[in-house]
Amino acid sequence: MKFGVAVYPGSNCDYDTYYVIRDILKKDVDFIDYRQTDIDKFDCIIVPGGFSFGDYLRPGALASHTPLTYALRDFAEKDKFVVGICNGFQILTEAHLLPGVLLPNSHGKFVCKHQFLRVENDKTAFTNKLSKGQVVKLPIAHHDGNYFVDEDTLKQMEENGQIILRYCDENGNVSDESNPNGSILNIAGVSNKNKNVFGLMPHPERACESLLGSEDGLLFLKSLLEI
Amino acid sequence: MLIKFFIKPRKGVLDPQGRAVSENLKSLGFNNVEKVFVGKYIEVYIDENDKEKAKKQAVEMAKKALVNDLIEDFEFEIVEG
Repeated sequence: MKFGVAVYPGSNCDYDTYYVIRDILKKDVDFIDYRQTDIDKFDCIIVPGGFSFGDYLRPGALASHTPLTYALRDFAEKDKFVVGICNGFQILTEAHLLPGVLLPNSHGKFVCKHQFLRVENDKTAFTNKLSKGQVVKLPIAHHDGNYFVDEDTLKQMEENGQIILRYCDENGNVSDESNPNGSILNIAGVSNKNKNVFGLMPHPERACESLLGSEDGLLFLKSLLEI
Repeated sequence: MLIKFFIKPRKGVLDPQGRAVSENLKSLGFNNVEKVFVGKYIEVYIDENDKEKAKKQAVEMAKKALVNDLIEDFEFEIVEG
């Protein structure tokens, strides 16, 4: 199982992600420069958080038109795995590898806190170490995390089990009060139809050691090791 | 040739910037303010003399990069010379 961590100008969670894979999961991992296209040796590529290209134009928009992101399309078509975290999620939606788009938070403010999340689908490569309905705690830190998608696509996503994570309270209640950014149906994480491309606003890589307040992030990353 | 792009949030899509600016204008005493939308203005200069070709290119650039049609609408204007 070989991991890659994409690096765009302005990525800033790349080292955290690399550290977790190398030092905690003890797996083989390389950084991948955004100009690189030779990515066949990897089994799973993580597109990390940050502010790629300064969030210019729209978050993720410029990064979605780079050699690496174009190569990720072919990579995903080969049934290999791609995970976008935070800005990585924004990049994958702009690249149309995932449905929808991330709008500015409805309250207009940057949100940075620990957030409870409910697992909606445990039958995926990214959630097989979790169970449906399980409540986990992960950090969120974003200004544009307000997930939006048109009604028809949303319906299809629900039918296909593409909604992976929703924002909730500590008891697993999904409500407006537990929605930190205005996302439609409290959606925090989704997959593509084929369930090999995932995107989420919360940061599992920042929750892999008890010292940091939560180890729940490890459950997601360890799920990937089962594939 | 210059292409001027005017991009604004699509109708029905939440525009927190527009809402904040609207509240701000009202607090300044502009009580007749009904709605505000905050969008983007982009100028693209291209080496092209054929206006029809420029129009075609403008649409292509908007759809491929400048605009996300899930959440934004756009208009453009071509300025020759």
